[in-house]
Parts: sequence; structure tokens; C-alpha cells
Amino acid sequence: MTMPDETAEHPAADAAGPEADSAAEAPGRDLAQLWVCGFMAVLGTLVIIDAASLGAAGASNDPIGPKPVPIILGILLYAVAAFYALDAIRGGHGEDEGAHAGDRLDWKTIAALCAVFIANALLIDWLGWVISGSILFWGSAIVLGSRRYLIAGAVAVALALATFYGFAIGLGIGLPAGVLQGIL
Amino acid sequence: MENLNSLIDGFAAILTPGNLLIALIGVTIGTAVGMLPGLGTAMTIALLLPLTYGMEPTQAFIMFGGIFYGGMYGGSTTAILLNTPGQSSSVVTVLEGFKMAKNGRGGQALATAAIGSFIAGTIATIALVFVTPITVDFAIGLGAPDYFAIMVLALVATASVLGSSRIRGFASLLFGLVIGTIGIDAVTGQQRLTYGVPQLADGIDIVVVAVGAFAVGEALWTAARRKIATDEVLPVGRVWMGRSDWRRSWGPWLRGSALGFPFGAVPAGGAEVPTFLSYVTERRLSKHKDEFGKGAIEGVAGPEAANNASAAGTLVPMLALGLPCNATAAVMLAAFQTYGIQPGPLLFENQSALVWTLIAGLFVGNAMLLVLNMPLIPVWVKLLRIPKPYLFAGILFFASMGAYATSGQPFDLFVLLALGLIGLAMRRFGIPMLPMIVGVILGPMAERQGRMSLQLSGGDLSGLIGGPTSWVIYAIVALIALWPLVGLIKRRAARDRVAVAA
Repeated sequence: MTMPDETAEHPAADAAGPEADSAAEAPGRDLAQLWVCGFMAVLGTLVIIDAASLGAAGASNDPIGPKPVPIILGILLYAVAAFYALDAIRGGHGEDEGAHAGDRLDWKTIAALCAVFIANALLIDWLGWVISGSILFWGSAIVLGSRRYLIAGAVAVALALATFYGFAIGLGIGLPAGVLQGIL
Repeated sequence: MENLNSLIDGFAAILTPGNLLIALIGVTIGTAVGMLPGLGTAMTIALLLPLTYGMEPTQAFIMFGGIFYGGMYGGSTTAILLNTPGQSSSVVTVLEGFKMAKNGRGGQALATAAIGSFIAGTIATIALVFVTPITVDFAIGLGAPDYFAIMVLALVATASVLGSSRIRGFASLLFGLVIGTIGIDAVTGQQRLTYGVPQLADGIDIVVVAVGAFAVGEALWTAARRKIATDEVLPVGRVWMGRSDWRRSWGPWLRGSALGFPFGAVPAGGAEVPTFLSYVTERRLSKHKDEFGKGAIEGVAGPEAANNASAAGTLVPMLALGLPCNATAAVMLAAFQTYGIQPGPLLFENQSALVWTLIAGLFVGNAMLLVLNMPLIPVWVKLLRIPKPYLFAGILFFASMGAYATSGQPFDLFVLLALGLIGLAMRRFGIPMLPMIVGVILGPMAERQGRMSLQLSGGDLSGLIGGPTSWVIYAIVALIALWPLVGLIKRRAARDRVAVAA
């Protein structure tokens, strides 16, 4: 698990029991958590709508059919969303003790990184892994703050070529050559 | 005796120059990737899975053995030097390890972690050799209802025992179960939750889920807090241990191994509890209590050993029951499945040679790590100096390559990004990720066993309760589920007592 901010207090808080918890929740409520509850409710609705469209159990070798599991999941999603919301309103927080509640996320960087990622997904079959992969590496490095455009570009092309020859040709893993078919 | 003979055959299979080279590559790459900040062992294996796609199963599993121990070893190095536990089981190591590194004893901390990991890994792998066949004998007598019960236990326990907030554990578990439900229903062939998207019919690969949530999520998380996060790499110095370090380390190593293995071998025992128990035990037993909190070597040696022993322990339910209880085992199970091999009691009969080669590979990889990596730690540490933009650009690059390679369709890249965004949100809200990963792989397995049970009983719900095994297991599930009530009652009682006293 990657929770860089699980800090030294963590085991200590466990050992001290619930009393210490209620004392530590002074920093305030993290109501952004309600988005998670909303997401779960939407997900639950999607799961139940889909389950409703499934055919009923027909065969004798499968008495309950494919329906019950998604329906149970949908109901549980609603239930957990409700309890989660209650917990958030009462000042509960996640396993990092709500350490990130006040963080302002840098949405511009996230969006730029997603754009680079999507560009790779759209271009990979047409341009091939060597070109789209280079764009992915170079673009991500720039978005994440590298200002050495040339070096980043050189590293990107070297990595893309190395992985293409190593994996696609060496190990037979399916990476597309794209427009460079025949050249590489 | 039969097991030992099989193990010797396994060693015979591995001790060829070609296979040793593969083990060496596995260990090296495993360490290198495991070392990268934010990458845990599970993600290391998930990212490196494509490497093995072109290999024969035997070679692939030899490489896994190397990657498995290499990844753990790399992870603890990063934890100690950067104060960033790559996975929750390293949290305790960091407590004393980072302090030691700050006091200029980083070399000793890394050495005791490395040797302790080797000793614990060896002890635990030997225990694995003896315990797994016993578990298999037990498991062969189990029917579908018992399996269903065990899987329900593993799911409930992963969601509620690990981590600090149950409700978030269950939320994570449900995300995983929903993701696991997507695709064609194995029994009736009907599509579930695909909403007409043909690429979803085959379901979402566990590797895509793990890489998306861990690797892409971590990259997005770093991007999101680019201006906040700062890491500084501490110098290591020479990696060696003095006489007093040895004297203070061997006890914790052995006790840590003894604590770690049983917790790992029990479904959803995890590595968090034994590492923490080991830490507490060593603090109590130490003659240097005053050093705890300021960099006591016992506090690194014990938990690191417990961590490794527990990781090897999780291979027992994985191999014997087909039950993955942590993210690493889940990814390894997925790797088995890509070769059309289904772990479980029959594995030892059908694929005996392969399993014993894997176990022999664990021994070999573990030994290689000690011999090759101890002197190389200063070189590995240079990896930590890769500038963040390149590091995460590289992670995204390899994550995309791996996801594309699983199916050869750009569609998987979009799924990967979606899961990355979910991973980002889970980090922001402190929702544990392990239940989701385990849910994705265990959910469909549990559903299959449950439906098989009901098929035997003709749809009557009593079919879900098989022999005494399932009764015992359901009792444990009930105990875990009702545990918070006990806490509530205790708290009430305490409050009443306070009220009376006042």
C-alpha cells in the first residue's frame, strides 16, 4: 500500500484506543468525503440497473443465476455509502488521519498529465509504440516539471526504442510498430 | 521426505546457467523497481509481469521468485532512506530505520534489514515447504461451501482487520468486487456491467487494476501535490555491521521470523500486525530501551524479518488454497492464471514440478540478493536520485506498456487511466487499496464457489453451510464483524465507571 503519510503516530493511536481518536479529531470535518459516498451511490444504481436487465436463472445447473450477486453488491454499496456519509459528517477520516484533507490538489497538472496519457492511448495504434511512447515519456516529464526539453526527449526516444526492441522483438510482446512498420 | 525430494528436483531444475541468469535478472530488476519511491512489492510484480509473457512457465516462475524478494528488499531500502514506506508493512521499519539513517547509521540499518530479510526469508521458505503440503491435505477434503466460507472470511478480514477505518475498508472492497463482476458471467455467459462495451466482456485484468491504482495513481498523486512534497535522500555510508550490531540483531531476526510466518499463512493475517508486534516485543526485551525512537537497530531488524517472513507465509494459502490474501499474492495468482494454471490443492498434483521450481527459486533469489546486493547498495541508492519528473514519466511509460501488452488494445489504457484516477481519489481520502485488489480477484472466485454450493443443494440456502469447517469459519467471520460492538460496549462501560467515580 502506498500511503506515504502514514506516520509514526499511527501505531501509537491504535494502541491508545478509541478515546485518543475522539480527542484527535479536532482539525475539523472533511466533507469532501461525501463525494466518495455520492460516487458509491451512483455506482450502486448502475450495478442494480444492469442486474435488472439480466436474464433470470434458467438452467437447473445454476439455480440462482447471475443476478443475485450484483443486486447484493448494489445494496451493500448503498449501505456502505450511507454509513460512510455518517462517519464523514461525524468527523471521521481515512487511514492517514485526514492528513490530506486540506491539501489543494493541483488540478492543472493532473489534467495535463491525463491529456498526455490519453494522447498515447489514441496514437499508439497509428504511430506505433516508439513514437507514442516517446511522446508519453517526454510529455509526462515536462508536465511534472522537467525543464530540460532536449535531455528528456533523448531519454524518451532511447527508452521507447529500447523497450520496443527488447520486448516486442526480443520477447515477442505485442507492441505496435505503427507508421514505422518496416523501418524498425 | 517426498517433499524434500521434490524440492531437490526443483533445485536441479533451477541450477542451470540459463535459469540462474533469469533468477539474477529477476532479483536485479525486482530490487531496482521495488526501490523506486511509492512502488510496493505488488506493483513491482505487476509492472514486471509483461517481462515474462514471452517465457515458458518454469522460467517465468523462477523470475517471479527473484522479483518477489528483490522487490521487498528494494522497498525496505527506500523506506529507510527516504522515510516513505512504499507499503503499509514497511511503516514500522521506518520508525527506527529513518532515525538510524539520520544519525549516520544508514549503512547498519540497511545491512540488518538485508541480512534479516535473508534469514527470515529462508526460515519462512523452509516453513512453507513443510506447511503447504499439510494445508493441501486439509484442503483436499474441503467442498465448495467450505471454500466459499474461507473466501468470505478472507474478504471480510481484509476489509475490516487491516487499516484503521472499517467503513473505508469495506468501500474499497466493494469497488473491487464490482470491478471483478464486470464481464461475461462464467456460468450463463451473460454480460454483466459491460453496458454494451465489447472490450469489457473479458473483464478487467487484475494487472491493469493493480498497475492503474498503484502506479498511475501514485504518479497522479505526485502530480497533484508537486509543490508540497519534498523528499531528501540520506547518505548511506558503508554497509556493514559491527560486532555489537550483530549481537543486537540476531534475536530480533529470529523472533520476527517466528511472528511473521504464521500471520502471513492465515488468510488475511497480513504483515502489519506481526511487524508491529515485533517492534513492541523488541522494545520490551531490549537492553537499550532508551534508544527506541532515536534509532534502535532492534527496531529495524525485528520488523523487517517479520515483514519478509509474513510475505513468504502468504504463499501458503496462495499455493495450497488458491487464496490470495495480499496484493502481491493477488498479482502472482493472476500470473499463474495467464499460464492457465489454477492454484489450489490440485496444483501440487498437476503441476508439482512447477511449484517446487518456484519454491526453489525463492531460496535461490533470496541467497542471490544477499550476496550480490549487499555490496551494491550504494549503487542502488543512486536510483533514488533520479529526478521526480523522469521517475514518474518512466512509471507511466512502463505502466502503459504493460497494460497495452496484456490485451494489445488501446482500450486498456483508458481503463488504466480511470483506475489511476480512482487510485488518486483513494489516496486523497485515505481509503486503503488492498481490499480492492483482493476483491477483484477473490470476488469472482467466491461467487463461483457459492453458486456451485447452491447448485448441489438445488438452490436451497442451507447449501452454503457445509461441514464443521464452514461453521467454524462463519463463527470467525461473525466475531470479526461484531468486534466493533465489543469496543462500543467497553467504551460505554468505561464511561459509566467514570460517571460513577465522579
